[in-house]
Amino acid sequence: MSPQPQAAVGAPLSRVDGRLKVTGKALYAAEHDVDGAVHAVIVDAGIGRGRITSIDARAALAHPGVLRVIHNGNAPKLPYRDNSGSNNPPEGRRLRVFQDDRVRFHGQPVAVVVATTLEAAQHGASLVEVSYDAERPSTDLHEAEPDEPTRYARGDADAGLRSAAVRLDLTYRMARNHHNPMEPHATIARWDGDRLTVWDKTQWVVGTQTELSTVFDLPLESVRVISPFVGGGFGSGLRCWPHVVVAALAARETKRPVKLVLSRKQMYLGTGFRPSYEYRLRLGSDRRGRLSAAVHEMDGETSSYEKFTEGIMAAGQMFYSMPHVRQAYRLVPLDVNTPLWMRGPGFATASFVIESAMDELAHRIGIDPIELRRRNEPNEDESNGLPWSTRRLRECYTVGAREFGWHRRSPKPRSTRDGDWLTGLGMAAGVYDPGRFPAQARVRLDADGTAVAEAAASDMGPGTYTAQAQVAADALGLTMRTVTFRLGDSLYPPTPPHGGSMTMTCVGSAVLDACNKVRRQAIELAVEDEDSPLHGVPADDIVVRSGRLHVQGNPARGETYQRLLARNNRTHLEADGSYAGAPEPARHSYYAYNATFAEVAVDATLGLVRVRRMLGVYDAGRIISPKLADSQALGGMVGGIGQALLEHTVTDHRDGRIVNANLADYLVPVNADIPDLKAIYLEGEDMDADPLGVKGIGEIVQVGVAAAIANAVFNATGRRIRELPITAEALL
Amino acid sequence: MHPFAYTRVSDTREALGAGRRGGRYIAGGTTLVDLMRETVERPETLVDISGLPLREVTATERGGLRIGALVRMAEAAAHPKVRALYPVISQALELSASAQLRNMATIGGNIMQRTRCTYFRDVTADCNKREPGSGCAALHGHNRSHAILGASDHCVATHPSDVAVAFAALEATVHLLGPDGERRVPFAGFLLRPGSTPNREQALQTGELIQAVEIPAHPRPLKSGYLKVRDRQSYEFALTSAAVALHLRGGVIREARVAAGGVGTVPWKLPAVEKHLVGERPSEALWAAAAAKAADGARPLQHNRFKVDLLSRTVERQLRIVGGTR
Repeated sequence: MSPQPQAAVGAPLSRVDGRLKVTGKALYAAEHDVDGAVHAVIVDAGIGRGRITSIDARAALAHPGVLRVIHNGNAPKLPYRDNSGSNNPPEGRRLRVFQDDRVRFHGQPVAVVVATTLEAAQHGASLVEVSYDAERPSTDLHEAEPDEPTRYARGDADAGLRSAAVRLDLTYRMARNHHNPMEPHATIARWDGDRLTVWDKTQWVVGTQTELSTVFDLPLESVRVISPFVGGGFGSGLRCWPHVVVAALAARETKRPVKLVLSRKQMYLGTGFRPSYEYRLRLGSDRRGRLSAAVHEMDGETSSYEKFTEGIMAAGQMFYSMPHVRQAYRLVPLDVNTPLWMRGPGFATASFVIESAMDELAHRIGIDPIELRRRNEPNEDESNGLPWSTRRLRECYTVGAREFGWHRRSPKPRSTRDGDWLTGLGMAAGVYDPGRFPAQARVRLDADGTAVAEAAASDMGPGTYTAQAQVAADALGLTMRTVTFRLGDSLYPPTPPHGGSMTMTCVGSAVLDACNKVRRQAIELAVEDEDSPLHGVPADDIVVRSGRLHVQGNPARGETYQRLLARNNRTHLEADGSYAGAPEPARHSYYAYNATFAEVAVDATLGLVRVRRMLGVYDAGRIISPKLADSQALGGMVGGIGQALLEHTVTDHRDGRIVNANLADYLVPVNADIPDLKAIYLEGEDMDADPLGVKGIGEIVQVGVAAAIANAVFNATGRRIRELPITAEALL
Repeated sequence: MHPFAYTRVSDTREALGAGRRGGRYIAGGTTLVDLMRETVERPETLVDISGLPLREVTATERGGLRIGALVRMAEAAAHPKVRALYPVISQALELSASAQLRNMATIGGNIMQRTRCTYFRDVTADCNKREPGSGCAALHGHNRSHAILGASDHCVATHPSDVAVAFAALEATVHLLGPDGERRVPFAGFLLRPGSTPNREQALQTGELIQAVEIPAHPRPLKSGYLKVRDRQSYEFALTSAAVALHLRGGVIREARVAAGGVGTVPWKLPAVEKHLVGERPSEALWAAAAAKAADGARPLQHNRFKVDLLSRTVERQLRIVGGTR
């Protein structure tokens, strides 16, 4: 078929659901009006480890409006069939709500109170008396016993280090971070006989559907999950957390639809987090900065009952060229909730370490940090010998250095002052491995010339509604106004999780496929239709523009979808589309890249760090929706500022409680902390990646940001901070 | 939230009556409602006093200012007289909370606000302030934000207010109205150090109502300002803060009023710093020498040792900002 003209794709459109959102008409999970819904509030464990010895619910049950109190003493046994999907960690056994008396972490759900009003349920929850046999929890990553490591090796890293002219041995610590989306997690569950419907905050309706069907042992098609709007996620909605099961259980037990909304505090207890790490990196290079060896040893948190892993090893294997690499990644089981991927998972952690260390190396041997990176740029993926699909980091450096004014950076730390403030510039490179998994979509073109595309998908904020409609509009040859994309329902064709920078790639490619098929059907209908002006024209010579099929190069000869379908008595055309996922075996090594630049000011006396401006330059393939990509990039930089300077979930190791489980004490950047942020995307596409040529933008935008800031702090102050977040006390 | 009764009063007599019967006064509610949601506060009856006529900022005969208890933080900060006479008050208010909160919260409520100690705010933790005799989880817990001055083994929580630091520096007076009539309490005696009774936070008797905060007249011109040091640029409580007011005549400091926030169990007046300044000419060396006394007597905890140094640096910086020289 003739390639379609590009009109919507690449246009800086505002989000199509923007008006719904700003007028409050977009319905989020807890806002759906489900007839007769009652309210559920979870009672959180008040100890960090131990056993529940008794639960006294009498006072709660006596409170007016309270319908039921469900806990391990009275809950039915739930099937909890194995579920290797739904983003449950492959190793371990998921938390089974109210199925035993064990407390595995502080704040674990130990009971749920269901009442006719939210107030009664909340008050009832405070009246439930839980007695425990408490044990001392183990929650300190640096004190606990790690598991056996996952290893990687090539060459002989120890020998490589020994013979290196320049050696660095650095240990970094990264705090635990919580996703903290604006919308709290919430679920409304309703049973109609043996069929379960849930309205849920989730980044993956399919995953939630699968989990609920296995927990309750229902056929998959008996569970429907609806989630049209998600008020931020950053990964927290990638898994079906226990509270979703609690809501469904409470609804079944009370025979009423049940609404359950986590409090902000419970968001720190009942959903995951970016695990804290201790990461020791040893680097060896020659005197010109050519790397020869690296040894990475990383210890990361997981829970006592599940083995959570993330992609923290990949960057160390492929990012820079060197013959010798050894890695050991150890999980440290703790009495905590299970972590979960958070924006730029693994890579955002590893990049802080690797990119800080590269800055240290550049300083040690006295060359520019960008030049050091250029000297170590690999020509292929040295972990597997595959060629890159696209890897345009050199261009990222060139464009970034030019646009940011890198030449103004003084190579000498602590040499630039602005009143009480020391200023400095820093940069870091970033890499992310976007997932490519099978996805499906369905498109229907109606006789009135409008089209609807559907896929399970999700839109937690990046603009899925808009960007998918842009793809569909161009592929169908329609205007944006005549195309609607629907998402967030398990009845729609299945897609992979909305995370890991997969949505544009996988869902977008499936949408493209379905739209191409529909367009082809229309074209074939026209060329075979004797009454069509396009009769007899080779199908490959026909394009569609604004709903009108015509001969390429001869717009006068053609007709509209409406006329074509009406004349042929067709109410609609439709097609299913699919994307098969990454090719097997892999032909390319496929990553998204960035270079991030930061200027900071540090009040040397008071220890305060303020970011003055940042620039991200991205090699992320084709950008479908530039305005929304900007929102992503700026948001990623904001997340990185938080990771670098503010965000830190604090645990009291005496009893395992999270001390700062609220947004007053867990600090995220506010407007005043995020000044001049700018994003640039290298033009072009990566056609080896997927049919759309996109590499995804949502994750890569946070990778490297923390290192760029830390490197700028070093440039400003001469102080190397190897612990995140960078606080005043570290700089005093 | 525990169930409670709510009543709205329209004059002070009615308010005092309800207060005497054990009602808790509520105005902006920005702290109290928060704490009720966490079940830290469990009042039986709320007495809404926001309709009382305590919303005036007036000049006193002697040249000071009287700020009504129900004046909103935003109103007080923007008030021309406050801005002209006591920039330290305006600045402390404007560096507090968020615009939304400043539009709701009142001056009386501000000085009544309770600590941000996270153990106090978590009903499952030990806290002598919330539950006398239960212990202090912060003493050996996570105590980065806690007090280095004025603490006891029973409580190490800081007072969170910014404007109270300015009031302490300026030696304000709190005007109270109780069943037995009016009385005036010096600010230094209004907020109580924890000692062995951290649950008693103010020198208030049952049912007493704050009518106003009065700032005494200070010799003019009075240069003043507030510096707040915190991890993020806005919307965070102070790690350290300093309220400074200086009166100079003939190039010599004749009067100095200095207090610190974020470091004490109450706003921390710094008489040793003040004394060091009076009679001297501004200089970098003077600021440094005076500020060196700011943390006298500090007893840091495991996670807040940095505050000792940071406090002196904060005071020194603010002395320079207000007093000049550079």
